[in-house]
Parts: sequence; structure tokens; C-alpha cells
Amino acid sequence: MIKAILIFNNHGKPRLSKFYEHYSEDTEQQIIRETFHLVSKRDENVCNFLEGGMLIGGSENELIYRHYATLYFVFCVDSSESELGILDLIQVFVETLDKCFENVCELDLIFHVDKVHNILAEMVMGGMVLETNMNEIITQVDAQNKMEKSEAGIAGAPARAVSAVKNMNLPEMPRNINIGDISIKVPNLPSFK
Amino acid sequence: MALKIVKGSIDRMFDKNLQDLVRGIRNHKEDEAKYISTCIDEIKQELKQDNIAVKANAVCKLTYLQMLGYDVSWAAFNIVEVMSSSKFTYKRIGYLAASQCFHESTDVIMLTTNQIRKDLSSPNQYDTGVALTGLSCFVTPDLARDLANDIMTLMSHTKPYIRKKAVLIMYKVFLKYPESLRPAFPRLKEKLEDPDPGVQSAAVNVICELARRNPKNYLSLAPLFFKLMTSSTNNWVLIKIIKLFGALTPLEPRLGKKLIEPLTNLIHSTSAMSLLYECVNTVIAVLISLSSGMPNHSASIQLCVQKLRILIEDSDQNLKYLGLLAMSKILKTHPKSVQSHKDLILQCLDDKDESIRLRALDLLYGMVSKKNLMEIVKKLMLHVDKAEGTTYRDELLTKIIDICSQSNYQYITNFEWYISILVELTRLEGTRHGHLIASQMLDVAIRVKAIRAFAVAQMATLLDNAHLLTGNTQRNGICEVLYAAAWICGEFSEHLEDPLSTLEAMLRPKVATLPGHIQAVYVQNAAKLFATVLRGQEGAPADRTVAQETSQLLIDRLPLFVQSANLEVQERASCILQLVKYIQKLQQKDVEVAEEVTALFAGELNPVAPKAQKKVPVPEGLDLDAWINEPPSESESEDEGRKPKGKAVFAKEESKHTKPRYTEVDEKELAKRREVRKAEQANNPFYIKASPSSQKVYQDGVGVEHIPVVQIDLSVPLKVPDQYVKLEEERRQKDKADKKKKDKKKRREKGEKGRRRKGDSGPESEEDITPAHMVDITTEEMPENALPSDDDEKDPNDPHKALDIDLDKPLADSEKKLPVRTHRPDEVLRSPVDDGEGVEVVPELKKKSGKEKKDKKKDKDRKKSKEEKKKKKHKHEEGENLMGAGSEVPVQSEDSNEVAAPPPATTTNEEAAKVSEAPSASTPEAVSGMAVVPPDSEPEEAKDTEPEDTKSSKHKKKKQKKEKEEKEKKKKKKHHHHHHHSDGAGDESVQNGNVEEEEPLPPMSNYALLAENSYIKMMCDIQGNLQDGSQVVVSVIFENKCDSFIKAMEFNVLDSLNSKLQRPEGAGPHDGLTVPFQLPPGISNEARFVFSVQSIVMPQKLKGTLTFIVKTDDSSTHEKLDFKLHFTCTSYLITTPCYSDAYAKLLESGDLKGSSLKLEGVSQPFHHLLARICFHHHFSVVERIGSCASMYSRSIQGHHVCLLVKTADQTVSIDAKCDEPGLLGNVLDEIKLTFSQC
Repeated sequence: MIKAILIFNNHGKPRLSKFYEHYSEDTEQQIIRETFHLVSKRDENVCNFLEGGMLIGGSENELIYRHYATLYFVFCVDSSESELGILDLIQVFVETLDKCFENVCELDLIFHVDKVHNILAEMVMGGMVLETNMNEIITQVDAQNKMEKSEAGIAGAPARAVSAVKNMNLPEMPRNINIGDISIKVPNLPSFK
Repeated sequence: MALKIVKGSIDRMFDKNLQDLVRGIRNHKEDEAKYISTCIDEIKQELKQDNIAVKANAVCKLTYLQMLGYDVSWAAFNIVEVMSSSKFTYKRIGYLAASQCFHESTDVIMLTTNQIRKDLSSPNQYDTGVALTGLSCFVTPDLARDLANDIMTLMSHTKPYIRKKAVLIMYKVFLKYPESLRPAFPRLKEKLEDPDPGVQSAAVNVICELARRNPKNYLSLAPLFFKLMTSSTNNWVLIKIIKLFGALTPLEPRLGKKLIEPLTNLIHSTSAMSLLYECVNTVIAVLISLSSGMPNHSASIQLCVQKLRILIEDSDQNLKYLGLLAMSKILKTHPKSVQSHKDLILQCLDDKDESIRLRALDLLYGMVSKKNLMEIVKKLMLHVDKAEGTTYRDELLTKIIDICSQSNYQYITNFEWYISILVELTRLEGTRHGHLIASQMLDVAIRVKAIRAFAVAQMATLLDNAHLLTGNTQRNGICEVLYAAAWICGEFSEHLEDPLSTLEAMLRPKVATLPGHIQAVYVQNAAKLFATVLRGQEGAPADRTVAQETSQLLIDRLPLFVQSANLEVQERASCILQLVKYIQKLQQKDVEVAEEVTALFAGELNPVAPKAQKKVPVPEGLDLDAWINEPPSESESEDEGRKPKGKAVFAKEESKHTKPRYTEVDEKELAKRREVRKAEQANNPFYIKASPSSQKVYQDGVGVEHIPVVQIDLSVPLKVPDQYVKLEEERRQKDKADKKKKDKKKRREKGEKGRRRKGDSGPESEEDITPAHMVDITTEEMPENALPSDDDEKDPNDPHKALDIDLDKPLADSEKKLPVRTHRPDEVLRSPVDDGEGVEVVPELKKKSGKEKKDKKKDKDRKKSKEEKKKKKHKHEEGENLMGAGSEVPVQSEDSNEVAAPPPATTTNEEAAKVSEAPSASTPEAVSGMAVVPPDSEPEEAKDTEPEDTKSSKHKKKKQKKEKEEKEKKKKKKHHHHHHHSDGAGDESVQNGNVEEEEPLPPMSNYALLAENSYIKMMCDIQGNLQDGSQVVVSVIFENKCDSFIKAMEFNVLDSLNSKLQRPEGAGPHDGLTVPFQLPPGISNEARFVFSVQSIVMPQKLKGTLTFIVKTDDSSTHEKLDFKLHFTCTSYLITTPCYSDAYAKLLESGDLKGSSLKLEGVSQPFHHLLARICFHHHFSVVERIGSCASMYSRSIQGHHVCLLVKTADQTVSIDAKCDEPGLLGNVLDEIKLTFSQC
């Protein structure tokens, strides 16, 4: 079982949190903080497994994470999951995001966390892995987006126009937004097994 | 209208959407909280509006804020509103928000039940999907109970997308509503073979998750998983299955043996590291579970170790880490194979990754030997020097000590070396483990006499350099070592070369900065040293001044300690100060005092066994359990009962037993003390009695290592009165067969637990000692080991405990609250095309019978569903169970009772009970032939159920279309009739089409006459066992034809090479099986026997005998009846549903070989013909078009058999295909025979 999926950036800012067991908001934040603390102090090029899941459910759990540019993708899993399998799953997740957002960067996750949730929902459901085939995931996500668009129909047009206007100054956005939050590309796939 | 919408959305487009919110938050870095609170106010406004789009937008923003840690539960109702929007866009937002913030105590959840049900049955698969996804996150026991049926229906949805989600969510439903597990399980199991790989993977996922928690209940699925493992190519599925096998093998070593080969093949063939790793892991688990010492598996171990080496050598840190992790598992059972890779593991100690270094350290622990210990420790010491970061260094330190001290210093050949290592370790800065080093020093110095001189010298140096250790207050952890040093120097001061200077070192003013307990030891041991110095001077009167100077030194320095804030230090110091002053007076009078002073500290420190206290014999007439005073108030005793380790008990016991000089404390108490002691001294706290040269001591001798212990954590070493110690020693030296004493002891320990007693009763013998050790270890470590079986104690709230349900047991009627059974027959023949209809019909039917049951015998069922312990009860219930199954069938005709056998009887015998799992656990079998009305179920009850059934179904027809319901019902009837061997009332045929107009089917029975004589008649039916590819179940009906009582029936068969009767464990190959019932006159009953078969290609005949006793009023006679069991190939076939698409694929695959058959002059109607084939030969109709039908069946070993049956002018032609031509030929012959007979 996957107990939680967390995405946060190099500064520990949460970009997505999905807990498959209920915790209060405060506890969730604390878990995110502690996980960030554990993960961020590790060098690059060390293994991606961390024991000591004191946070969620005790010692049976472990943290499996990957670090892409400015983002950490952390899965908290119990012993029924294969460590390497989960690493692959994270890779599939990131590749899927990359396909869906066309060159994903942290900004995409910042502004479209709902979409990220929808993609994740096609991969993991209730803590169990639902689908690992990227094409299948993308097909389902696309089909749902299409439905959404068709529902919006004419009524959606004005809203789209407005949001287009709002995004007119988007090119400036990266500069307006401080620090290196942005500009992060997911490393190209071949480098991963 | 359209205008209004457009207008609404124009209003809306200037609302803040999620992107605006995010942007806003980012632009308000300084006053984020304030900004968000204004946003929340806005959101609250938006939520008040009627426009659902506005609400959805607001909820979407709330979901984001929830992630940032804001409580949004106040909007729960709005979330529900958005969830119930008809638009997918909003629905999805609503469900996402719900999945993020709803939980069991969210009260609006109960409002969602109907909405979710509606979404689940939505024609749009994404509505359903979104609802399932959401539900998976917030499902509550109530939701699970209310929606279980709907979800179960979705498990057979036409769309694989829905199927896989429905299958996955069932796990959550099981957790919240454990009662649903048994009814849903058969269908879940079917999904293991779903044509869609995603669904299959989901089913594997769920079952693995279930099985991991309660593996024993899923052992029977092992063959199925085994098949999946050898056939699946999906690595995810394979990994899950292989992991599952890892959990199952400890319970079933035979499974392990079977696994080795395919796993080894996978290891060789796969390129996926993840799969390889899990295979290796499971092979290791298998090897561990197989009792050690199986030489033929050394190849597997070698293979694993080799592959792991490759992983460890890989540049990928992850593989390296996992490789080491798996290696440590092998190490436990096969240390030798790992030891050869020492180089590699030492290399890993240099790795830059700390996790990897720690793993490597773990491994090293198991790899040391006498030969390499010093080398390894030397390497580790190097690492200690290099190590940065105290955590890792401390870890290294403890590992060094662990490695050296393991198994009672087994690997240390040179204790001088060890002492110097310990001394060297004291140079470590800032370690937390000073205490550990200290206890090692004490342990070695005390137990290894030969080393004392060396140790004392080293300790003296340490004391002399104490300022180095204490110089920095930061590293006070290490000063614990001084405690040991001071004590060793004092106690063994006779070995000191220059006691005076050591004494001087111990009384330096700097000492006063040490922790109190160390100062106390200093003071006490200074006195010991003083005694030694005096004695040393005694012989030489010339040096009397030295003695006096020493006294003066003490008198000068001790006042410092007298002022100590620490009570212990103060008390000892003032005591000793006065003593020394007195001695000084005597010295001035030239009185020889040395002897007297030495006498103060005289006496060898004697070894005390950890159990020494307990071993003290209880004097005659002393009852330790009797109260000395009046028993305390009841609260006290209650406390004692509940938590025997409580403090109160401790105190109580203590005071109670102070009177006897040798405090005899009760067992729990002692155990507790032992634990405390162990916790304090991580290492073995025994003394070694006789010193001599090093290590040999530990191996020889009658439990020498067991003897002694000293409670070194006391400020003054504990001394036990000599008499008892001597007694103890004597006893140890005596022969272990010293019965007298043992008996005495046993008598004394009568009240103790069995395993304790075993350990305690014979401490002398090596054999007895080992278990005694183990007892300690297990009692201590158990709580940490999260063994699955421990769950009860571990966490009473563990949801998985509730899922510990026996799934092999046939479903009882009480479980029909989720009546999968009612619609099982649909599934058998229905292909997914029909499902649209089924989806709507089935839930209603389910509820119907669910309600009926509830009404009728709710409480009764409750009790029953738990556990059937009494056979009688069990029997009764079984009967009802079957009744339940047949409740849609009209009342059975009388004569059916005669032939029909009561399965309940079989369950009286354990073995037979196992057999009976087959029919109920697998859909097809349940349908084919097993729906028999038991003779001992009252016909009234049968009639009762029928009208009630119809009645309740009428109630339920509110929304339901009447015709549909009726059609459904008829279909059910069809099945039951069809499979019912003695059904005279059957009036419909098998097919799923509109067949009402077709003629009734003649009665059929699968029970063939086996043998008969004047006393008894045997009928039998042979069925394959779906769960085990090598088993066939033979149901035999015994009918008593005479007027006498028949008893002691014994069923025996002469096994052939291919087919063997399965006998209970321990029975010989020629022993008969006792039939588990007796037969009164005129009564028949059924028993089942399991046979294992190897090849199923050929029919088989087995000769057998039934022996029995016929008992009349005045006499009884032994009789026997010979019979011949005929295993036809048909009996190896199992009715298996097949969808037409899968069927077509199968035929296209080209794996099947064809054969054909022509039957001339068959005059029966086509549907009868099909029904016959279905019934007698266990086929199912895939499709029927006109006078042509395709049929399918599968053998217990997974061979597919496909038939194409055509009829024209009384000629029936059957084209058949099967992947096993031999089997096919025989089946066709048997079909031919069937039709020639009628």
C-alpha cells in the first residue's frame, strides 16, 4: 500500500499532497515538513530509500523518493510494495506529467495542482497502484479533459478568453516570481532505468 | 436560458480562479496568512451563490488551501453540493475536494450515499470512475455497507476501466465492512483471470494485500497464483505475486519447493531489476522456510548470492542498497555463502552513502570469525577515525562492540587486544556510548581472570589521563568509562604496579566535576586502593612514612567529596574519611592495621547466575503465594491481574518477600528485572568463573557461561551470601541427571508456565541451557517483532484483524446479505454484452434476499457467521446454506431427498470439510450438481422460504420492471433445474436466450451407481477441484437398504501410480478412510473423498472396497462391498464460463488441436442435447445461433476444450479443439457414449 504521495520543492513548499489515510491538516503539514527535512539533507547520488517512516504508520513504512530539478517526489509505502517498482512508478508519474503538460516544470504543478491530482488518480487509487501503463493513463486523462471541454461549450468560451487575457503577461511571470522556482525541466528520460 | 448561462459565466469570469489564487499568494509573500484569510472570505461568499460553477470554483480553491494546511471542513456541505453536480467538470472537482478532506467523522458523508450510488451507475464511465476514486479515499463503514453491492456489480462492468477501479476499491470496502469479504471473494477470484491485464493486476493487488495480513486464509489460492506467475508477463503483477509467495511459503514449505524452479528461471531470464530482486527475495524466504540443511538447494543460494553481488557491484546506489539488504537475510541462515563476499562488503563501508554503509555494517556483524575478527575490527577502527557525523560513528562503535561481544565473545582469541580496542574507543569524541564501553570493560575484566593484570594496568593509565576524557564537558558521554576504570582498579588493585599513584589520580580535585555516580565509585575504590597500599607497605617498616602519607592524602582530599551535593558520594566519603582518620590514629601508635583494613574489602567476587535468586530452594513449609498481611483492596488485585508488570506489583512483591533472607521473587518479577538488566547492559552480563587462557573457557564446561552475573550498575557490586553461591556452583558441577534436585526444583516451580519450567529445571545441561536462552530472547524481543500472528496483541484496532476470515469455508446463508450467489448463475452463461441489463437487475435481487434473511433470522445468523464450533450447529447451518442457495427454486420433489446427499454430513469430518470448500468457493461447481436439498432440512422450511421469497420480491418491485425480475428468476430456475440431478419439474432449458417455448428437459443425474448389495447402495459423482489442479473430489452417497443399523464404514481404494486417495497425515498408503457417519435403516448420506491425480489425459479405473458393520438388535456382522471407481476424462473438466470474445481469441490462437465426432440418429431437441453436454460433461454454452452452438470447458489442469456443435436431420456433428489431443479424444468418446445410452 502507498500511504502518502508528496511533492514539494527544494524549499519544502508543498506542491501536491495526497494522503491515503486521514490526518488532520496540522499533522499533514508536519509530515510534509519532516519528510522534507529527511529527504533534503541527503546528497544526490545516494540511494533513494529512507527507513524511519516514523511519520506515517511507524517503522513498517519507508520513504521512496526521487529528486527532479527543483522537485522532490516522495512516496511513503509499506512493505508490500517493491522498492524498485515504486521508483519506476515515480518515473512513470513524472513522464506522464511531462507528456500531459508538454515539458513539465514546477510552475505547471504550482498552477494546476488539480490536474496533477487527476493524473495521479489514474495511476494510484486509494493507495493501490491502478495503472502503470503511461499510454493508458494519458488516454484516460485526455478523454476526461475532452469531456470537460465539451461540457464547457459556449458557456466556457468567455472564461477561456478571460484566462487567456490573464495569461497574456505570463511570459513575464517567471521573472516576477522570485527565485529559481521555475525553469525546471524534468530531466530527459533516457537517463533513468 | 442559454443567455442566462452565458451571462452567469461572464459574471464568473472575473471571479478569482485557482490560478489567480496561487498567483495572489505568491505575490503576497510577506502577509500570506492575511491574504489567504481574505481569499477564504471571498470563497465563503462564492459558496453562498446558487451558480454551481461559482461553487465549484470556490471548492477548487479550497482544495488548494487544504494542501497548504488550512482546515476546510466547514465547507463539507458545499463540497457535497459540487459532487452532485450533473456536469463531470464540477463533479470531478467535488470528488477531489472530498477525497482530500473527508474522513470517517465527517458527518455530511452520510448524505452522499445516494449520490455516489447514482454516479456509480452512471452511463458515463468517467462519472463512475471519479466516484470510485473519490470513494476509495473517504469510504466509511456505512458507505461500504450500503454500496458494497453496487461496487460488486461494477466488478463485472463491460468497461475494463471501471472493472479495475471497482476491483481495487473492494479492498477498502473489505477493510471497512469485513462481512463483505466472503460473499465478494469468489468474484474477486474470477477477476484474477480477467481478460484485461489491468483488471487482473488490480485483482492480484487486492488479494495480495489481503493475503499479506492473513496469509493462511489464502493458501488455497496458491495454485492459481502459481499458474498466473508462470503465465503472466506483466512485471507489476509478477512482483506482487512473488511477494505474496514470500509471505505464503513460511506457512507451507511444500509450496516453497515448487517455487524454487520457476523463480530460478525468472531470475535467469528477466531483465527487470525490480523483478529480479523480488525473485531473489522470495527464493531467500523459501530457503529460510525449508528446514535448513537441504544440500540440493545450495545451488539456489549460490545463485541468489551471485545475483546480489551483481546488484551490490552496480553503480546504482539503489541496487547496492537493496542488494545488501537482501544479503543480510541470507546471512541469517546461510552465513557461509555470504562470508565469501567479505571483500565486497568491506568495500561498501567506504561508500559515500550512509544508508549503504549502515547496511554493510549489519552484514559484517554476521560475517566475523575467529580468523578475521581482528582484521575486520581494524578496518572498522579506521572508519571510526574517518567518520564524520556522530551518528554514523556511534553506529560504528556499537557495531564494533556487538561484533566482538557476540555469542559470549565467541570470536575473540586475544582479550588483551580487545581491552586495548576498548581503551582506544574511549578516545572517540562526543560519543553517546561511554556506558556501553564501560560495561564491556567491566564484563571482560571480571569474567576473564587472566586478563585482569593487563586490564588493571590499562585502566590505571586511563585514570591517570582522566583529564583527557573529561576535559571537554561536551563529551561527558565517554566519562562513563571512568566508572569502569575506577572500579576495576579498586577491585583488582592487587594487580596494580603502583597503587599509590593511581590512588593519587583518583583523588584529584578534578574528579569532583564528574557525575555523582562515578564519584561514588571513585570514593569507594579509593578506600580499596588505600587498603592495598597499606598492605604493600606492611612488610617494610622503614617505609611506614609512606603509609602515613597515604592516610594523610586521603584525609586531605576526601573532605572535597564530603561536601558533594550527591548523597551517595557524601555518605561514602564521610564514612571513609572517619575510617581513615581512625586508621591514622592507629598508625601513629604504630599499630599494624593493614590486615584489618584489607579485611574490609576481602573476598573474591563470586559469580552469580542470572537465575541464581530463583534457584534458591524454598524452605519446607513456606508458601510464597500466601499473603503475609491481609490482601489489599480489590483495586490492587485487579491491577495485578491486568498488568502484572505494574509498579505496584513490584513494590508489593518486594515488601512481601523481604523476610526470607534470599529474596525469592516471583517469576514475572524476575523476568521484568531481567529485562531491565538486559536493557541496561546491552551485552552479556555473565561472569566467567574460571579464568584461564582465553576463549576455550566459553565452549567447554557445563554451562560455565551461564553461571555468573553481577549487577554492576549498583554502586557497590552485589554480593550474594556465599552459601548460596556455593550451592549454585556445586549444583552446576554435578551431573545433570541429578534427579533429586531437579524434582525438588520442579516442585518448586510448579506454578510456572510450561516453557519457563523447561528452561529452568535443568540448568546444568547444555541442551537445557540453550532453550533457556531462547526463552529469554523471545520473551524480550517479541513485542518488537511485528509478526502477523501478533496482531491481536499489537493493535486491537488493526483493521486487518477483522479480515482474518476463512475464505475456503462454504458461504453460509447468513452471508447472503451480500448475495452474490443469487446472481452467480447469470455470470456463468452471460457474456458481458448482457451486462447492461444485469447491472440493473441484480442489485434488486440482492436486496431482496438480503432483506428476507435479515427479517427472518438476523440474530441467529450473526452468531453463526462468526464461527461454527459445534458440529451439530455446523451441520444445521450447512443445511440452511443449501436451502438458501435453492431458495429461488420451487420446492424439491420428495424423491429428490432419497437420492440427494446431505453435504452437511461431510463436514463433520475435518478432511471432508476441506473437500467441501471446492463446490462453494468456485462458482461453476456450486452450480453444477451441488445444489442438493439435504434430507435433514425440514421440507416445511423449504416451503416457507419460497412464498416469502416471492413476497419480498414483490415488495421490491417499486422501481423494478416486473418482467425483468421474472425473467431473471426464471433464469435462475433454469440453472438449478439444469444442474439438479433429480429435478422432475424442470421445464426450461439451459440457454440464455428466449427459450420459453422449448420443451422441458428430462431429469438428469450425475450420480452413477457405484456398487450395491443387499445392505448398502453407493452412488457416486466425480468432480474436479478447481482450486487444485491435481485433485478430484469424489462424492459418494451411501444408502442403507436394510433394516439394520450400519456403522464403522471404511472406504478404501487401491491407489494406482496416477491416482491416489488422499489420506490424513500419518496414515499409511493402504489405510482406509473412516466414513464420518453411521446410517440408520433407510437413510442415505453423502461423504466426499479427495483423490490426487497426476495425468488427466486418460480415464482411470480404481478398485476399492467398503467395509462396514451391520448391527442388528442381537448381533453385528462385518460386511464388505467391492466397487470400481471410474474417473472419466469428463470428470476432470470444470464448467467454466467463457465470453465469446475470449473464446474467439482462444480459437484463433492456433494452440489448439482439432478433432471431430458425428452422432447419427439423435432425436432429441437441440437444447436438450446441449443441456446434456453441459450437464454430463461440464461444458458451458458460449454462444448459440439456431442449430449451432459453441461450448467451452476447462480441465482442472487448465486445458481448454472448445466444442462447436451443429445439428441437422438427426445428425449431430461436433467439432472439437483442445490443447491436449489425448484428453480431447477421450472426452469425445465419453460424449458419444452418453448419447448412445439415451
